[in-house]
Amino acid sequence: MATAEVERRRGQLAALSIAAVVIVVGVPLWWRTTETYRAWLPVSQIRELAKLQLQLSADVEVVLARGTVTPEQQKKVPLTQTREEEHAVDEDTTLRYKYETRYRTATVMEEDALNKPTAAEADLSLHTLSESPCGSLVLYVIPQSYPLLPENVSVYVGQRRTALLRVGAQAGVGRTLEQLLAHLEPHIKQALRVMSFSHTDITAALSDRVRFNPGSKESVADSMRAFKSSPGYEITFSLLNPDPKSHQLRWDIEGGVQTYIQPLLTKLSSLANFSIDSQTLYYAVLGVNPRFDNSRGAYTLNADSLAHVINPVEARLGSNAASSNPVLNFLLYVPDAHHSPLYIQDHRKQEVPSNAFHSPRWGGIMVYNVDSFYGPEAAFPVDININMAKVMGVFLAQLRLLLGVPSSPPPPGFLVAPRGSAGIADWELDRLMWSRSVENIATATTTITSLAQLLDQIGNIVINDNIAEQVSSAVNSLQLAVAELEAGNLKFALEFSKEAILASEKAFFDPSLLHLLYFPDDQKFAIYIPLFLPMCVPILLSLLKIASEARQRRRERQTKKD
Amino acid sequence: MAAHRCSYLAWLVFIFSLSGILVADGQETTLSGDHLVSAVENPQTDAETEKRAAEEPAVEERRWEATRAADAAEENQEFPASVATVLSSTPQLKDDFQEELVIRPLHSGDIYASFHFRTLWETDFMKGNKVSHYRLFPKSLGQVISKFSVRELHISFTQGYWRTMQWGQPYLPSPPGAELWVWFQDTVTDVDATWKELTNVLSGIFCASLNFIDSTNTVQPSASFKPLGIANVTDHRFLRYATLPREIVCTENLTPWKKLLPCGSKAGLAVLLKSEKLFHSSFHSQAVHIRPMCQDSQCKTPSWELRQTLNVVFDLHTSGQGKQEWSLFKMFSRTLTEACPLASSSKIYIDITDNPQEEQFELIPATPLLRQAVVLGDRRTFSVYDLTQQVTFGTVRSLNLLIRWKSTEGHMLRPLLHAERYVAGYGLQTGEIHTLMYNNHPFRSFSVLLLDSVPWYLRLYIHTLTVTSKGKDNKPSYIHYQPSKDRIRPHLLEMLVQLPPHSVTEVTVQFERALLKWTEYTPDPNHGFYVGSSVISALVPSTVAMDTNNTQERTLFSSFFPCKEESSYFVRVYTEPLLVNLPTPDFSMPYNVICLTCTVVAVGYGSLYNLLTRSFQVEEPNPGLAKRIANIIRKMRGVPPL
Repeated sequence: MATAEVERRRGQLAALSIAAVVIVVGVPLWWRTTETYRAWLPVSQIRELAKLQLQLSADVEVVLARGTVTPEQQKKVPLTQTREEEHAVDEDTTLRYKYETRYRTATVMEEDALNKPTAAEADLSLHTLSESPCGSLVLYVIPQSYPLLPENVSVYVGQRRTALLRVGAQAGVGRTLEQLLAHLEPHIKQALRVMSFSHTDITAALSDRVRFNPGSKESVADSMRAFKSSPGYEITFSLLNPDPKSHQLRWDIEGGVQTYIQPLLTKLSSLANFSIDSQTLYYAVLGVNPRFDNSRGAYTLNADSLAHVINPVEARLGSNAASSNPVLNFLLYVPDAHHSPLYIQDHRKQEVPSNAFHSPRWGGIMVYNVDSFYGPEAAFPVDININMAKVMGVFLAQLRLLLGVPSSPPPPGFLVAPRGSAGIADWELDRLMWSRSVENIATATTTITSLAQLLDQIGNIVINDNIAEQVSSAVNSLQLAVAELEAGNLKFALEFSKEAILASEKAFFDPSLLHLLYFPDDQKFAIYIPLFLPMCVPILLSLLKIASEARQRRRERQTKKD
Repeated sequence: MAAHRCSYLAWLVFIFSLSGILVADGQETTLSGDHLVSAVENPQTDAETEKRAAEEPAVEERRWEATRAADAAEENQEFPASVATVLSSTPQLKDDFQEELVIRPLHSGDIYASFHFRTLWETDFMKGNKVSHYRLFPKSLGQVISKFSVRELHISFTQGYWRTMQWGQPYLPSPPGAELWVWFQDTVTDVDATWKELTNVLSGIFCASLNFIDSTNTVQPSASFKPLGIANVTDHRFLRYATLPREIVCTENLTPWKKLLPCGSKAGLAVLLKSEKLFHSSFHSQAVHIRPMCQDSQCKTPSWELRQTLNVVFDLHTSGQGKQEWSLFKMFSRTLTEACPLASSSKIYIDITDNPQEEQFELIPATPLLRQAVVLGDRRTFSVYDLTQQVTFGTVRSLNLLIRWKSTEGHMLRPLLHAERYVAGYGLQTGEIHTLMYNNHPFRSFSVLLLDSVPWYLRLYIHTLTVTSKGKDNKPSYIHYQPSKDRIRPHLLEMLVQLPPHSVTEVTVQFERALLKWTEYTPDPNHGFYVGSSVISALVPSTVAMDTNNTQERTLFSSFFPCKEESSYFVRVYTEPLLVNLPTPDFSMPYNVICLTCTVVAVGYGSLYNLLTRSFQVEEPNPGLAKRIANIIRKMRGVPPL
């Protein structure tokens, strides 16, 4: 009987040691050889960024000219005031606007400049005196007596970042400094809303993240018109000639682009890279047949049919074969000899003076009538030179709108200076840069957050080192961009936000993320079960048997003791 | 009339001010600049009066015109001079477009139609020039050339195989499937990466699956495929050649090809290109060739040439319904009504060399224009129909050429160079590739350059390479062989072989078939694997003197290959592609392996485990069978056992 006991003991030991080997050596080996490589991602920082808390700061300098403050008041100036506004857009996003206003008196040279006869000249000489950095504003407060501004105008907005504010006659000399500042406050706020970022602009820029409550139909149209922020844009000018037998068209597109479009794009070069192309398409017809209007003696396209015009042409336009940037198309359509002249009518059946329309986030079309260049007895084909000044003027205006240069009309009492040779004022550029930075930051944050969520949920996606690197660099750039926005350095904020977008897009669209994505679970089980089940069942059964025997023996020992 | 003149003067003033602004510095805020941009900013101020979401008015433009016209009255005497200067200052894009259709009735009764469209543009894509403004040259191809620094690009899509012995030599040869060869400029640093991007972009432009071109089917020929345009340095590191014999051509490829033409398919010869008739043919090939050319002998200004060619052979019995009477309407289901207005020349050539007295076939409508051209080493006569002349279309305003055959006899000149290829051998382990090259010239011998690109899974044994002509060994004077690397690059074999007159030269090489990994097989592995065509390039002696003067007056179809000598012309012949079966495994093996492994593990491990852990006990020996049965019966009866 002792041998049976020894034998049983030996059997139990063998079973236990096999189970021990399987658990201690086998299970970790299997785990280690079947895990996917997942590099570490800064998940906590990403979660922090998801709660977007942006602070935008603007520096405002208010220069009080002679005559607005008394000499005793002048001693209290210079002083600094900070105003903060907080808006909670939704539970994840909060916006804080900080305006740091510095009040000071005008220097002698500035007084000289303000003594010029017209506002435009004063603006020009003020620019030569100082250069205000990106994102900041200078407001010159002038008393009623100065003849700079015409009667009904209280604010003159300059070409760079300056504005001339005329203080009302009621602000007599008897007021204290605080009362004067309090009187100026609403005018300064209004000027800031025109020349610097406004709440509507910023919430429109965040429209991807946040449900946008439009104020009016116009603001819906405004928010949908501009292209989404992108690191580069392609601009293509196309001349559509549906009738080359009758018209032989020549256009100096190179000169036109160089003169009118290039200065604007050079000024916007900090925002994105632009590349310009042009082509001529023959036998390109519009998608709608224009109807002949007897009362006007011309063919007309009414506003409802404009939406159908673009489709057949778009197939022939083509996008840049060699780049993936969004394309802005500007088409110049010269109607054929049998459908000339062609006019576009708006919803009120009035002819549009520029004979052009634009389509949001796509481009613009202008119809150029050439029937007045030749008479009925002309020999076909007729040589026609297109007037580039007229055409480029319309395209330039459409380009400004499509790029998102803010175009809301100024409040009453404001006079905005003409734009200068580049076609865009510095403060308009600043507004565009504010909204683009915020848009980039919001988009990059959304991309990174959704990527982190996806990688978390699906456990068997391989995360390579380069993806982790891109994500880390995106998170880094985002944090820097938010910090720069807080500090008020607009240019750096835009740079960092662009880097963040590029890195986040590269990480999100990396093709290596898809490798093990569609690995069905039933295939995994189909391989594991026939292999592991026959191994594990005997081990489990013998372990159970050992356990039940041990329990029985303990019970016997208990009874024996009693 | 006066009002017309006044507005005309106003536009002249516009142009005058435009030239003034061009002269002045763009950054200055000059007064004219201010006036100009006031027209731009005025849309802002007028926006509240014209609140339309659709259009952007520029009201101020018109007003400015009126004021400027008032100022213009004082400057009347200056205008005549300024008009002339201003109008000529508009730069002209110097591009030219020509189109041609050549129809050659073949001796087998089929008819061969070849379309040639050429755009010649005086510009320079090289040396980092940014070309952005296009007119007749298609913008998509121009952007591809600029971005990938391409010097020459030749791409062709072919359906069918050209039967040289029955049809003669084609004007532009092409192998079955897709073929792409590109010379890059010497500014390119990483040719392989640029090649990969270029094939992907081209596959998007032509809707073809050229993205299957990778390093396993790309070769770098060392002697064939010399540049066909201007070439200073020919460093073969910048050449890449790839072919996809399995590629199918269909309407999806024809449509983007037609889109590249300036007139599209709306006017000119391209209206004949209707896919339902073009693909109902024995042979269909469309190609795009881009290369830099010299305009004159000094070559001061480079110009770039884009040639689009389409060759199609209509079968007598399927398209012609057995009757030897061909018309444009029967071939293309369209007739011609006008030439492309953008074309400087638009002609149709019918080859009537074998028909001098109209005894074989007659042409309706007859044309007085004749032209002689030396093409493919022979002087041929063509009837010419000039579509730019209204008289060609006659009173019905449409041209439907009719070729009516009167007799069916006649002999064809045998082509001097002809090639065949086939696979010999049995079984799925080894085989032999035989390439036969025929030299049909009675007394002249010439050398040919043979290029063979064999995929890596057919492992060639180059020590078994033999070249025999007329039974005797023929040693090639130049051999370039690049062995393959598994899954990285194919075999490349280039040889310069002298073909003796009136003989057959046979090139044989043995190979062994490889077993691929199971994921590398296509979904239909028993169809076979394609081996691309061999390319045979040669300078064949011609019977007439070739024209070496590369001037403009030559016809398009005779001026594709540059001609350097008078006594020979360049010919490229493609052999058939091969279809080779590789040993195919049983694709249910993974399931079998899993079952077998699991069974072995279960049975073996189970029994081993049992032996190790079972505890053994002593047992009485087994009683005999009879006693056992008796015990069972006793148990059933309830009686104690024995």
